[in-house]
Amino acid sequence: MAYGSFVIQRDLDFVVERGEVFVIMGGSGCGKSTLLNHMVGLKQPARGDVVYDGESFWDSTPEARDGLRRRLGVSFQAGALWSSMTLAENVGLPLQTFTRLPPRQIREIVSLKLALVGLAGYEEFYPSEVSGGMLKRAGVARAMALDPDILFFDEPSAGLDPISSRRLDDLILELRDSLGATMVVVTHELASIFAIADNAVFLDAETRTMIARGNPKTLRDECPHPTVRAFLRRGAAEAVSGGTAA
Amino acid sequence: MLVALMGPRMPVNSTTSGRPSPTLAVRRQGPEGGVLEFAGTWLSRCGLPEPAGALGELRSGAVRHLAFDAGQITAWDSGLVTFVLKVLNETATWGVAVDRAGLPDGVRRLVALAEAVPERQTGRSGARPPWLARIGTRAIAMATALTIGVTFLGESLRALGALLHGRARFRASDLFLVMQDCGPRALGIVTLISFLIGLILAFVGAVQLQQFGASIFVANLVAVAMTREIGCIMTAIVMSGRTGAAFAAQLGTMNTNQEIDALSTLGISPMEFLVLPRMLALIGMMPLLTVYSDLVGILGGAVVGIGMLGLGPTQYLEQTRAAVSVSDLLIGITKSSVFGVVVALAGCLRGMQSGRSAAAVGLAATSAVVTSIVCLIVLDGIFAVILNVLGF
Repeated sequence: MAYGSFVIQRDLDFVVERGEVFVIMGGSGCGKSTLLNHMVGLKQPARGDVVYDGESFWDSTPEARDGLRRRLGVSFQAGALWSSMTLAENVGLPLQTFTRLPPRQIREIVSLKLALVGLAGYEEFYPSEVSGGMLKRAGVARAMALDPDILFFDEPSAGLDPISSRRLDDLILELRDSLGATMVVVTHELASIFAIADNAVFLDAETRTMIARGNPKTLRDECPHPTVRAFLRRGAAEAVSGGTAA
Repeated sequence: MLVALMGPRMPVNSTTSGRPSPTLAVRRQGPEGGVLEFAGTWLSRCGLPEPAGALGELRSGAVRHLAFDAGQITAWDSGLVTFVLKVLNETATWGVAVDRAGLPDGVRRLVALAEAVPERQTGRSGARPPWLARIGTRAIAMATALTIGVTFLGESLRALGALLHGRARFRASDLFLVMQDCGPRALGIVTLISFLIGLILAFVGAVQLQQFGASIFVANLVAVAMTREIGCIMTAIVMSGRTGAAFAAQLGTMNTNQEIDALSTLGISPMEFLVLPRMLALIGMMPLLTVYSDLVGILGGAVVGIGMLGLGPTQYLEQTRAAVSVSDLLIGITKSSVFGVVVALAGCLRGMQSGRSAAAVGLAATSAVVTSIVCLIVLDGIFAVILNVLGF
């Protein structure tokens, strides 16, 4: 991944298994969100590819790429809801654009998606009229509109209080279990990482590559790389390795 | 870089061709029991059945216990979940006991998740309010807007008062930046518009005046029109579209990013820090741009007068000098200063009033241009009446 000649991360190579919650973690500025942008097709990798179920993303035709994009749902950091539309219109737009469902059925599905994220009754509210946490949840509802196979979350906990953050983590797990969808989450919130992640990859800002992958709890206890241990122990790697358990 | 993501567990996005269509049947189970049997592909795009028929059958059969059998379902998506929710909501009103065990595990969990937070009674609906309520809402909004406008005008006068007392707090560098933006950088568009307006005015006048052999008076027409009216009004309209909209967008975005709140919490008046420099810059630059516009417009008229009507350059210049009085020039300059205040105030008012979203900032910019153009035309009319009464 690079911006012009500046390489952000190199030699990234990992597999996300179906139905798992996969976390991309790392310190600030290491390129987590940039990696997410590459995975969802917003940016093309400087070298390499993203493969969905054996199907190459960047080696395919633009039409095939659009087809793949419709199998993805993305929940952005600040919700990224369209401010001129109500929450119902935000969630309904993908359904209106990419399906031939009658308006009544679209309304029902929109109400269901908003109910799933705890926003039943807020259909006619505009994004500017709801709180930050509600914006994030509405963003999740929009990401789920087309029943995607894979849901991406960019910093779902950022800016939320611990209770809202915990609820959003629970929602991610519940949606994974009920929909059977794959979840890819970018975060550096340790509580979230340990609560939801089946597997994770750690991006290092210094060496500009991934330096660990695996289950976060295993990485915390067994990863040979001190940076990863320090990250997963809130900077207390050496103390812990010296015998005081985290 | 290679990232691989494996596909879905549930075939919700697979093609529907060759799949059995969704079917629904009601089976009786004992005297008061009923079972809803789902089969086939329950995907929204397959055209799902309506629950009304099955619900009618359950109701007419006086069913008190309802169960589901989804063993024959081959695929499902949100369509099945919305269907089940409708059935559950409807049967709940009859007091029917429902056993959800027969539903697919995912559907059961999604239904539970949807029901976890009860619908908030917000009082909002997509329905249009009655006409009387709409008139009332509009009237209240207009009264509020008027109050806000008058308050803003008062606050800007207070800021001007603070400036006169040497207490206004703003950065001189900001003032110079705004002056540069609404002065020298506007010369290009003002040149183009003024030259073309002078040209058009002269051309239209020439066609009429030539019929009476009075072509020379094209110079009078262009000179008087440009200096008294067209120069200042066209410059003001150009500046409202160019600079007034920019003011509204800048301040609107600052409002969205809470930059204006940050000034207020520091005890710095946004009126002094943001509005005052913009107002001063336009008050200062508008007369200069107007004089420039007058000259370029007269030049445009001269091109037609000399090139098309065959008038001599000296003759045209002399005629222009004779036609324009100092009072004409001063009237134009005075009006342009007032128009500058109007453009700045409309832009800043709409920007400060802007909501905190992308759409609101766009609306603020549009509203700034509309407000300032309406005010400019009305004010120009008032000026015309006053000057007529005063004999100018």
